[in-house]
Amino acid sequence: MAASFDRDARTALADGQLRGALRQATDLFAERRRAALATVPDWEGARDRARAIKDETLLHLDRYLEQFTTNAERAGARVHWARDAAEACEIIGRIAEQRGARSVVKSKSMASEEIHLNERLARRGIEPVETDLGEYIVQLAGETPSHIVVPAIHKTKAQIAALFAEKLGIELSDDVATLAAAARQALRRRFAEADLGISGVNFAVAETGTILILENEGNARLTTSLPRTHVALMGIEKVIPRFADLEVFLQLLPRSGTGQVLTAYQSLITGTKRRPEDEGPEQLDIVVMDNGRSRMLASALTRQSLACIRCGACLNACPVYRQIGGHAYGSVYPGPIGAIVTPQLFGLAQSSALPYASSLCGACRDVCPVKIDIPAVLLHLRAQVVERRAGSGGALERLAFSAYAAVMARPRLFEWLVRGVRTLGILPPLRAWTKWRDLRPLAPHSFREQWRARLRDPAAP
Amino acid sequence: MRVSLFVTCLADQFWPAAAVSAVELLRGLGCTVGFDERQTCCGQPAFNTGYRREARSLARRLIEIFESSGADAIVSPSGSCTAMLHHYEQLFEDEDWRTRARQLAQRTHELSAFLVNCLGVEDVGAAFSGRLTWHDACHGLRDLGIRNEPRRLLRHVKGAELVELPNAETCCGFGGTFAVKYPEVSVAMLDEKVDAIERAGVDAVVSGDAGCLMQIGGRLSRRGSSVRALHLAEVLASREARGGPHGR
Repeated sequence: MAASFDRDARTALADGQLRGALRQATDLFAERRRAALATVPDWEGARDRARAIKDETLLHLDRYLEQFTTNAERAGARVHWARDAAEACEIIGRIAEQRGARSVVKSKSMASEEIHLNERLARRGIEPVETDLGEYIVQLAGETPSHIVVPAIHKTKAQIAALFAEKLGIELSDDVATLAAAARQALRRRFAEADLGISGVNFAVAETGTILILENEGNARLTTSLPRTHVALMGIEKVIPRFADLEVFLQLLPRSGTGQVLTAYQSLITGTKRRPEDEGPEQLDIVVMDNGRSRMLASALTRQSLACIRCGACLNACPVYRQIGGHAYGSVYPGPIGAIVTPQLFGLAQSSALPYASSLCGACRDVCPVKIDIPAVLLHLRAQVVERRAGSGGALERLAFSAYAAVMARPRLFEWLVRGVRTLGILPPLRAWTKWRDLRPLAPHSFREQWRARLRDPAAP
Repeated sequence: MRVSLFVTCLADQFWPAAAVSAVELLRGLGCTVGFDERQTCCGQPAFNTGYRREARSLARRLIEIFESSGADAIVSPSGSCTAMLHHYEQLFEDEDWRTRARQLAQRTHELSAFLVNCLGVEDVGAAFSGRLTWHDACHGLRDLGIRNEPRRLLRHVKGAELVELPNAETCCGFGGTFAVKYPEVSVAMLDEKVDAIERAGVDAVVSGDAGCLMQIGGRLSRRGSSVRALHLAEVLASREARGGPHGR
C-alpha cells in the first residue's frame, strides 16, 4: 500500500478534471463552514462540550452500549452485536433472508462501506440500491466514495451527465435539476417496491434507545420508514449518553460538514411502529459493530480517534486531500481522519503509508468539531511504523536516521561534514527536491562561523 | 534580558542572515545575546518520521545545553523548531526529564512572539521599500498560535506595504521529509501558494521558517519569478529604505 498511495496520488495529480472538482468543492465547503460557524456564539465552548461528552462515553463505553441496547430493545428494536465485518454482514444477510427481502434500498452509511456490505450481500443474491444521490452516482459508475460526506465529490457535472445518459437512458443534459429529477424518478420506483431498508446511524442515545440519522435528501427518511424492515448499522462509538447531548452535536455536525445550520432531515427513531395505523417498519434491527474499534480504546491518545462524528471538515480543510482527493488513500476513510483511522481499524501493515500522507500542517485539528489532535495521532502511528518496521523506508532509512542522530550529537563533526560538502560541492542525490525546486546552496559562511568571526564579541569591530 | 539564541540547523547552514539579523535586532533592543556552539538540530526530522529514540537523544542534548545557558529566554528564528521544543515533554516518560522539558518549553520563544509579547515591541525601526506578503508557517501558526505578531511587526516597517494572500494560512507543502517523500503532492500544494504570491504582485514573500522559505523560494526561482523569499528577521533588521536586506 505504501507504493500504491504514492502511485495513486500521482495519478490523481495528473487528472485535471478531478483537481478542478476538488478545488471548487473544498473551497465552497470551507466558505460555507466559516459562515455557519459565525451563527454559534461560543463555537470553542461547543467543541469542548462535545469532546467532553465523547470522552466520557468512550471511557465507559461498555456501560453506555448496554444501556442503549436495553432501551432500544424495550422500544421494540432488536439489537445485534457484531465483532467484525464478517459477523455484521452475516447478521444483515440473515435478516434479509429471514424477511424474504427481494428489493433492498440503502441510505448513506460509511460503516456499510467499511465492511463492503453491498458486495457481501450480492454474494447472497441481494443487491441494495444506494439512494443518496452521491452514493447512487458512485454505484452507477461502479466506483467507491471519495469523501465521507460527499461521495461523488470527485466527479464533475459533465461526467455525471454522461453517466446518467448511459445508465438511465436519458438525453444528455448538464442541467442539475434535470439530472436530479432523473435520479429521483429511478429511485422512487425502488422505494415503492422495497421491502428492506438499510441505514447508518449518526448518534445512538443510550438513555432512550433512540437512533438519529441526519441527511438532506429525504432518502434516509424513506429508507427507514417505507419498507417493512429497517436495518441500522452503527459502530460502537456512535453512542452518546443523554438525549440532551444531541443539542451540541446538532450544532456542530451540519455546520462543520456542509456548512448548514441544520440538515434538511433529522430522523429520530425509537423502536418500531407501535400501532398498526402508525407509519414505519414492523421490524427494526440495529447492528452494533466493533470491527477493530475497541483496539483504539487502549490509550487516551488513540481513543480520541473514536470521538469522530464523520463530518468531513478535516477532508475539506486538508491541503493534501484538496490536491489528490479520496481514492488515492486506498481506504473507505480518506483524508486526515482516514489516515489515522484506517491503520488502526485494518492494521498498520496494509496502510503504513497513510500516517505519512500529511505535511503535519494541523489544519485538520483546527477545524475538527470534537478537537481530535489528528497530527499527534499521525505522529504516534509513524512511531509505530518505525518500531514495527512496517514502513517502506527499510534498513536504509533506519541507517540514515542513526547516522543523523550520531552526527547531530557531535557539533564539530557536523560542522566538518557540512564544510566538506560545501567546499567539495558533493551533495547527496536530492532529485526528489531539485526536479521541481531550486535548492538553496549552503551559505558560504554558516551562522556559527560568523558568530565566531564577528558576532560573539559585540564590542569588536 | 539575557537571551540564548536557538539558531536551528537550517538557519545556521542555509539561512544565516536570519540568525545574524536576529542577533542584531535583539541587541538593538537591549538584550544580551549568547549562542552555544554545541547546538545542532532539535531532532524534528527524526520525531516527525517516527524515530523517537533518535529524537529523544537530541532532545536530551538540547535541554542540557540550554539549561547551562542561564538565559532568561531562548529565542529562535523558527516557529517550527520552537514548536518542536514545546513537544519535547511527550518524548519522555520519567518525570524528571518531563519537568526539564516543560521548563525549557516555558522559556523558549519564536522570534516575533518574543519581540511583541515579551519585549512589547512592534516598531523595531526597520525600513524596507516594497510590497510584502506574509506566509504563515504552519507550526508557528497552529502549534504556537502566532498570527498577529509578525503582521504587527511588518506593518511598522517604514516603506513596506503588507498585502494578505487569500491562502496565507494554507500549508506550502514543505512538511520536512514530506517534501521529498511525496514530492509531486508537495509541489502541487506549493504551486497554489506560489500562484497566489505571483498574483499578489509583491516584491517579497516573508515567513518565519527557513524550511518554508526554501520550499517557496526554490519554486519561485525555478519558475523564473523575481519575487524574493525573505526571513522575517531579515526584513526587520533592514535599515535601508532602498536596497533591501543585508547579508545576501
